[in-house]
Amino acid sequence: MWDFIWNDFLVTGEPIIYGAMASIVLATVGIVFVLTYFKLWKWLWDEYLTTVDHKKIGIMYIIAALAMLFRGGVDALMMRTQLALPNMNFLNSVHYNEIFTTHGTVMILFMAMPFIIGLMNVAVPLQIGARDVAFPFLNAFSFWTFFFGAMLFNISFVIGGSPSAGWTSYVPMAGPELSPEINQNYYLLALQLSGIGTLATGINFLVTILRMRAPGMTLMKMPIFTWSALITSIIIIFAFPILTIALALMTLDRIFSTHFFTLAGEGMPMMWANLFWLWGHPEVYIVILPAFGVFSEVISTFARKQLFGYKAMVYAMCVIAGLSFIVWVHHFFTMGAGAGVNSLFSITTMLIAVPTGIKIFNWLGTMYKGRIRFNVPMLWALAFIPNFTIGGVTGVMLGMASADYQYHNTYFLIAHFHYVLIAGTLFGMFAGLTYWYPKMFGHKMNEKLGKISFWFTVIGFNITFLPQFFLGLMGMPRRTYTIEPEWMPLNLLSTTGAFILAAGFVIFTFNIYYSARYEPREKTGDAWDGRSLEWATTTPVPHYNFATIPYVNSHEAYWDMKETGATTYDESKLEPIHMPSYKGLPIIMSAIMFVASFGLVWHWFWLAIPGLLGIIICMVIRSFDFDEGYHVPIDEIKRTEEQARGRKE
Amino acid sequence: MSEHTEHSESGIPVKHVIGFIASIVLTLVAAYTTVMSGLPVPWIIAIIMILAVIQAVLQLVMFMHIAEKNPIPQYGNILFGFFIAAVVIAGSIWVMSFGMHDMDMNGGSGGGSGEEHSEH
Repeated sequence: MWDFIWNDFLVTGEPIIYGAMASIVLATVGIVFVLTYFKLWKWLWDEYLTTVDHKKIGIMYIIAALAMLFRGGVDALMMRTQLALPNMNFLNSVHYNEIFTTHGTVMILFMAMPFIIGLMNVAVPLQIGARDVAFPFLNAFSFWTFFFGAMLFNISFVIGGSPSAGWTSYVPMAGPELSPEINQNYYLLALQLSGIGTLATGINFLVTILRMRAPGMTLMKMPIFTWSALITSIIIIFAFPILTIALALMTLDRIFSTHFFTLAGEGMPMMWANLFWLWGHPEVYIVILPAFGVFSEVISTFARKQLFGYKAMVYAMCVIAGLSFIVWVHHFFTMGAGAGVNSLFSITTMLIAVPTGIKIFNWLGTMYKGRIRFNVPMLWALAFIPNFTIGGVTGVMLGMASADYQYHNTYFLIAHFHYVLIAGTLFGMFAGLTYWYPKMFGHKMNEKLGKISFWFTVIGFNITFLPQFFLGLMGMPRRTYTIEPEWMPLNLLSTTGAFILAAGFVIFTFNIYYSARYEPREKTGDAWDGRSLEWATTTPVPHYNFATIPYVNSHEAYWDMKETGATTYDESKLEPIHMPSYKGLPIIMSAIMFVASFGLVWHWFWLAIPGLLGIIICMVIRSFDFDEGYHVPIDEIKRTEEQARGRKE
Repeated sequence: MSEHTEHSESGIPVKHVIGFIASIVLTLVAAYTTVMSGLPVPWIIAIIMILAVIQAVLQLVMFMHIAEKNPIPQYGNILFGFFIAAVVIAGSIWVMSFGMHDMDMNGGSGGGSGEEHSEH
């Protein structure tokens, strides 16, 4: 028994891992102590763990995303340290493989995804004049499945060992023959678990946006971020089932010895790559479109101009959504498919540059002759345009199938997708977080610290990744744990950049603490002279969002309201507001799913089967839950609104 | 929420339960046909495809309310769904045949591309 725990269950023999174990134990003890000492358990349960309020769920998503950004960032720093000099002995090859696998998976699925979903949760219902999402219970459930999926993935590095076949988890490498340990099972089940939540979120936001808009707000009068959330939801709904199936098939291969992706038994290894990228490429647009939406909002607000080419923006996003599903083969041009296959996917790949280019010109057009304010969100948006364009142009280079044979799996590719994902998604999320921060927490983030962190991040980012284009052209392959001496100067430069980038993140995090302590409280509710409905609410936003929902005439609803002096509190139109009740079931059900998945990872059916039964019992309990929520009485609305609005004067 | 219409007056959503059970039965029949029936392969493929179409229609009617009058019909999304399904299936078959299927059909003209392929 102890033998099993020491040799197989826990990961042993690595000083870094012992450090991680110690820090996990210390952090857990610390959190438990603080919660107990300040008697916060009940508060935590009542206010956050059981909440169905989209604003709080959004905040929890963003906190989780920042934590995962830290974890993925530490992975990145470890990799860069190992690659700084030839013959480094910081990480061995196995550990290096685990680190790049978890870095990729964590950054895409447990950092970028919750960050965009968090911002969607915070902003979309407020932008369309809704009081919550369409299915609040499901929304809480989505968060908790994501959260427990992320936890399942993260415990792998101290319990059982992390997956090590890359974030793409290609077979046969990830299959049962070449990876007989349980490591890959963590990848499969953690993604499956959090994927349930993502799919549910997609459905939730599609229905919310289609059915719960304020009166008068036709589709073409929605704020552009809401449009991006709508398109993203549609892509999620169509792309994530493909991942679900692919993961399920590989789980069957690994746990129940089927032969979908194995060469033995007439399976097809490349079918995994095919299915993975059928999901994976739309996924790229799932994480970039909301960032585009954020940039559109930010640029319009801080250039103090209406968004240039609103309709062109919308159509460009629709075209991107369609094209995103027909380019997947460009991720494996070197599989060696015939000229017909590769040519077609080359052409569709290059086509995507057209709608993206339209968007770039629309942002420039919005800024043209605008009176630009250089606040931190706007700085992120301004840095995004040139950096993302570098990523986009190198993407077109990679998109040419014949040239791709040279670039494939070199650092050129690494540099390309980091330019797209960091300059696009991460800058977008930082812009969005800084932009909506006053709406979420009642105070802005400190401008000065924000600017310092911005410059550290942008400069560090370019020093890290620009040399990697040249390293790629010099022939440095990705996923290598040692470097050749002639690659040393650029690698050392890249590593230096990584630490500058990390400093930017540390300052960003410190800014959260600093602003909470010292920034003046936001009282107007309209922190940036905003244009869409979320700025019409008071700060802090009442739990029902809008006392009365205004009639919307254009896609800049609040701009119109400011001109006529209208507010979201019209005393003559007050009615009791129907709100959903908080529920403990989402977190309990997701915790049971976590236990069941953990059982499957270890092939422990004595744990997995009771877990699955527990999930079914939870579903039955939910099915017979006839709680219709409650109504907020008019008196309470009046009291809340007058208190909030009285404070304004 | 307030706009969320309640679809069942009685406590038990009969339609959903029937749909759920029927889906499981159809899946079990498909699994039985494939694993244990011992029929010739073309028959098996034909049967499971028919069962798949029946199940898809069943779910659209029982769960997705496609037969009900919808205030905002989602033709766009439905068509997009068919488009994606076609791309996933036809695209996968084409790509996983490595684009070689056409070349076999064309005989001579495929020879050139075939040689190019063998270089890699």
